[in-house]
Amino acid sequence: MRADKPLRNNRILVHRHGVLVRATHWVNAVTLLVLLLSGLQILCAHPAFYWGDTSEFAHPFVSITPVTAANGELRGVVNWTEGAVDTTGILGASRSADGQMSARAFPAWLTLPAELDLGAGRRWHFFFAWIFVLNGALYLADGAVRRRLASDLVPTGAELKHIGRDLLDHLRLRFPKGEAARRYNVLQKLAYLAVVFIVLPVMVLTGLAMSPAIDARFHLLTQVLGGRQSARTLHFIGVSSLAAFVMVHIAMVALAGPFNLLRSMITGRLVIRNDEAAQ
Amino acid sequence: MTSGPDRRFWLRAGLTAILGAGVAACDKLTQSPQVNQVLDGAQTWNRRLHGLLVGSRALAREYEASAISVDFRANGTTSPDSDDYQKHVASGFADWRLQIGGLVERPLSLSLSDLKAAPSRSQITRHDCVEGWSAIAQWKGARLGAILERAGLKPQARYLAFFCADTLEMTLDGTGDYYETIGVEDAFHPQTLLAYEMNHQPLPVAHGAPIRLRLERQLGYKMAKYVMRIEAVESFANLGRGKGGYWEDRGYQWYAGI
Repeated sequence: MRADKPLRNNRILVHRHGVLVRATHWVNAVTLLVLLLSGLQILCAHPAFYWGDTSEFAHPFVSITPVTAANGELRGVVNWTEGAVDTTGILGASRSADGQMSARAFPAWLTLPAELDLGAGRRWHFFFAWIFVLNGALYLADGAVRRRLASDLVPTGAELKHIGRDLLDHLRLRFPKGEAARRYNVLQKLAYLAVVFIVLPVMVLTGLAMSPAIDARFHLLTQVLGGRQSARTLHFIGVSSLAAFVMVHIAMVALAGPFNLLRSMITGRLVIRNDEAAQ
Repeated sequence: MTSGPDRRFWLRAGLTAILGAGVAACDKLTQSPQVNQVLDGAQTWNRRLHGLLVGSRALAREYEASAISVDFRANGTTSPDSDDYQKHVASGFADWRLQIGGLVERPLSLSLSDLKAAPSRSQITRHDCVEGWSAIAQWKGARLGAILERAGLKPQARYLAFFCADTLEMTLDGTGDYYETIGVEDAFHPQTLLAYEMNHQPLPVAHGAPIRLRLERQLGYKMAKYVMRIEAVESFANLGRGKGGYWEDRGYQWYAGI
């Protein structure tokens, strides 16, 4: 552990994140962004979800479709079993770079590449899937060897007891500033645990289950997930929850001190208030 | 300190510039041949990893008859418009012949009844389209491996090329004609068939009559429909635009097990 460095005004510069955590964090951020955008490109080829092994085209669970309105205007609609909602401009129909409304599940600014190109989307997706898995394996291996995963991410009994108060504090946008900011709070721990050990592994497993070759050898994986189309639907639900996590994560950083927190994830150093001096 | 509106202007201008540069850079990247070559490297890793994990013998999952899809979408060409093909349809493929040549000891010319008399296999399997959808059907066909044993592959033969009756894109040089290539090992997989029957009926025109390839552990675009000629080759560099298939020539991966 590197030594703290006292600063003026009762503040201390502490070493918050190790170099491997910082490096894998940023590699992961870029990788997930590429996987999201190329994944949406792939989804544009058949923007409909089903449960089970096959696609019952007439009855998707959720689908994104372009429709031509009575006045000839192109509209985008998201349909699910219970109803439909007009999503023109974002889902189903959106303006391309030349300003023309075009029929596409996701807008050009949300797909990689921008124009519709399934082959290119797959090329980006499957390349970055490797980077994602290797980077994740490095993070987990380092965390396991240094016992960081257990000490940093697993909440203590005492922390779990006070989870209600932590939740209230977070909702009031009161974040730990002093000694408590040296480690993750219980809400962070639970969120990171869920992402690292549930959401991301589900993304990998549902991704693998969609491969017909992998399925030929590991039928059980696809069957446990409910069939190939279920795996595909779960892959999308997984990425949606991941996107929600990232949005909350970025919002929390923005609210709790973006400069200080960004620096801690880049240089490793975080400024905290000196609790003892303050007393 | 800068006043509100001014700061907002610079913030917005800065963000727009960064986003614009990012988007432009991404578009440049996606078009760069070097970048695409690097990205395509993953295809080799996937094929090798699948080779290690899956092996050449694992069978695709087979289903009960009750799992057969009511609605099995037909993609690509659904009725080749050439006169020759339409004449075959009209005559029930009575004069149709499958030519098997290239790097083989004994070139073959097989009628539909020859194929039906060859060692066959029936299987109920799931068809996965590159677009993302899946459908299940029963397929019966001649085992490609048995046919190739009869023709006798020469040792140099590494790929089987399938030439089809359909033209998906009109071109002057004929590179819009559908074709596909598969590896020799996959050709001898027990579930690899020249299917002439779908759901206990003669293969419909929309699904590739009189025969389509079944290559169960890969995606639908590998499973050429309307197959007219099979050639054993050492390399596919000289076929079409050199990438090993109609869709491969247009950016799809040659290895479609993922």
